Amino acid sequence: MAEVTFTLNGERTTVDAPLNMRFLDVLRVKKNLTGQKEGCGEGECGACAILLDGHIVNSCLLPLGSVSGRDVVTIEGFKQTERFRTIQEAFVHEGAVQCGICTPGMVIAAESLLRHNPRPTDEEIRIGLSGNLCRCTGYNMIVAAVKRATKRGEGLW
Amino acid sequence: MTMRIKEDISKAIDKVDSREKIDGSAPFTADIQLEGMLHARTFRASVPKALIKDIRLPELPEGYFAVTREDIPGKNIVKMIYEDWPVFAEKEVNHIGEPILLLVGPDKEKVQDLLEAIEIDYEEKKPVFDFTESVVDFSFAKNDADTAFREAEKTIEKVYETGYQEQAYIEPQAFVGYKEGDTTTLVGSIQCPYYVKNAVMETLAAGENEVRVIQAPVGGAFGGKEEFPSLTACQLAVALQKTDRPIKLVYDREEDMEVTTKRHPAKVKMEAAIDKTGRITGMRSHVALDGGAYIGLSGVVLSRGMLAVTNAYTIENVAVKGDVFRTNTVPNGAFRGFGAPQMIFSIEMFIHHIAQDLGLDTYDFRRRHLVKQGDRTATAGLYRDPIILPEMIEKAVEMSDYHEKKKAFAESDEWKGIGMSFFFHGCGFTGSGESDIIKAQVKLRKDEEDNVHILVAAVDMGQGPKTTFRKLVAKVLDIPLEKVVFNYPDTRYVPDSGPTVASRTMMVVGGLLARAAKRLGEEWEESSEQVVVEQYKQPEYIEWDEEKMQGDAYPAYSWGVNVVEVEISKATYEPTIKNVWSVYDLGKAIDERIVLGQIEGGQVQGLAYGYQEVMGHNNGRIMQKNLTDYIIPTAVDVPKMKSLVMDNPYPLGPYGAKGVGELTLVGAAPAVALAIEDAIGRQIKKIPATPEYIMELIRNG
Repeated sequence: MAEVTFTLNGERTTVDAPLNMRFLDVLRVKKNLTGQKEGCGEGECGACAILLDGHIVNSCLLPLGSVSGRDVVTIEGFKQTERFRTIQEAFVHEGAVQCGICTPGMVIAAESLLRHNPRPTDEEIRIGLSGNLCRCTGYNMIVAAVKRATKRGEGLW
Repeated sequence: MTMRIKEDISKAIDKVDSREKIDGSAPFTADIQLEGMLHARTFRASVPKALIKDIRLPELPEGYFAVTREDIPGKNIVKMIYEDWPVFAEKEVNHIGEPILLLVGPDKEKVQDLLEAIEIDYEEKKPVFDFTESVVDFSFAKNDADTAFREAEKTIEKVYETGYQEQAYIEPQAFVGYKEGDTTTLVGSIQCPYYVKNAVMETLAAGENEVRVIQAPVGGAFGGKEEFPSLTACQLAVALQKTDRPIKLVYDREEDMEVTTKRHPAKVKMEAAIDKTGRITGMRSHVALDGGAYIGLSGVVLSRGMLAVTNAYTIENVAVKGDVFRTNTVPNGAFRGFGAPQMIFSIEMFIHHIAQDLGLDTYDFRRRHLVKQGDRTATAGLYRDPIILPEMIEKAVEMSDYHEKKKAFAESDEWKGIGMSFFFHGCGFTGSGESDIIKAQVKLRKDEEDNVHILVAAVDMGQGPKTTFRKLVAKVLDIPLEKVVFNYPDTRYVPDSGPTVASRTMMVVGGLLARAAKRLGEEWEESSEQVVVEQYKQPEYIEWDEEKMQGDAYPAYSWGVNVVEVEISKATYEPTIKNVWSVYDLGKAIDERIVLGQIEGGQVQGLAYGYQEVMGHNNGRIMQKNLTDYIIPTAVDVPKMKSLVMDNPYPLGPYGAKGVGELTLVGAAPAVALAIEDAIGRQIKKIPATPEYIMELIRNG
């Protein structure tokens, strides 16, 4: 057991847990932040994605010890932003949500992409989302949603 | 804001449950935390076939306990169509991963450690992996195929093979259970609340009011949460009889991949009798499915597969046989399409191969055999409703420049190809299933504030009924969408409107809801509580002989055309999908954007079945353990797709709607396989058409 301090959704947080505890479990069990889902536990599906210092990371592969002193944003934190609302409206409008289990991770992937590339091409959007698996939509409606967010959210990123 | 559905019902509205899914607040089963909740894990067989000689549990700490078949108060069988699947293995195990017992306790990792300390002695037996032991066999015929073959100018025979496909829903199997007094309550990721309830009642020997099943948001299902959850629910329900605390049973991905039902691998023999004019006069077929260790739903899957034998074509004389073979592998089961993908791949390839072998134009040859309204189906039923397939094909040809591309690719040195499939899907349950087995019932309840509550057991697993049912009822009653309530089904309140399967949700359950709403509208009394119940009635003209498999196998058919363009790398033999075009007749779209989502998602799943998704077993052990080695498409694998939905309203569907969900998958695999064979000039007889298989075909000439 060890105390690990980091910023979680804008607030300084200390967690007392084994250093090798999966950060996904820290979020879901210790912090009751269940917007991060476990789809594969192997870093393949992206349903557990979070932003770590502004970059997308699969929290199922992240040990608690690695987040010490770093900035973590989960879907619950990102939800408070104008960027989130823009992405959300675009996802609703384009019908990008079916079962919804991959969706928070897709939103995090979209944010991570747009933060570093505010005007991505279709190809760049596809690559930006390629670490997140969706079994329902066939992806095109999600790609369209991200495209719409870039247009509607002009200046936000 | 109030919204009335004034315009054409097809016009898209925002899905009602998207926002809570986007922000992560929708409570999926694994997200549920209850006070004092315990965790269950499953101890499983590690060999494909053996007698269990002895099981030795480690000493279990305080608060930990095991749940075995001896704890089952009722039957140690999961109630399904065929009742051969034990809740926990009896004296023998029949596949790797077969559940033997549950361990339950407060700390999940401790439960896992204890599980790994269990010792088991087996007397191993010789497992069966080939198609030798038939456990279900069906046959049917139309007119006289033998005479057609005797009198044929030429006969052609080919064999087609299809592989496993894993549903790969992103949310693994999950249940949370608890006791409320004498009632055992199960909340889970399920397609069929009443399948679960009925199975658990049988296992617990419990009464109607002692089992309650509630659907949580479902993170993808595709058939994978049709019958399988009945097994886990029964196990969990037995565990709940041994403790006062709630229990969670959530699979991790590897467990889910290794032990849950998959699409049946199949071997389909096709034979055609051809007359002097180059017309197919007879067709014979044999369908062999790998059922795995237990039959489960395999017989029903087999019949749907066999019934698709003539697909979008009319053949005068038909004889079809089929078998489900028992093997010592994980039981196979429901998966979107339900036997049809295997057969539609086979017939679509076969009809091309016949034309090629006869030296005829494949397009003209297929058009000549196309189904028309008034024709007889493979089981001598009647195609009663208008069929607009010729118009659909013309549209697809036009959208894709099919003929120009085909010609250009033939002259090109590059490995480019284009393929086109025609296909149908029978809507709703096969044969008399709907009228004799399911007997769906729906209920609408209006409260004193004039809110209308939809009470049905149909679940939203992403395909949209939370939105489309509300839209439908609001439109029929001409009330705002906000006045219509549709909560997640809870068997305490909803009648059994049947399982969420077989592309029946909108056509059958929606059809009943539309009828109920119409009656409620007629009997409407402001500010008073009213209840309207509707029950499924088979249209009187439907005649079906279950024994002989004769007559109308389905009340209606949806139709589709897929065109796929591929390019294959000469260096890696890897196909890349460049374009997909499609045209559908699904009666009437109740929401065109939701239907588009079904089209795009179904096609991608079907395309991947055709060329990408590889799964196999080695001595009964599934070799693909996670999404790292079972490869499903990502956003970069998918091209832009263009699709068109043509209205062709079905008189008994709500606003004319027929089935959608499965239709969008079944035609994609043959279209991509045909495109690949067009690119390389070799006949494809096996899917997935992997780079290895393509290389083999090219090298072997």
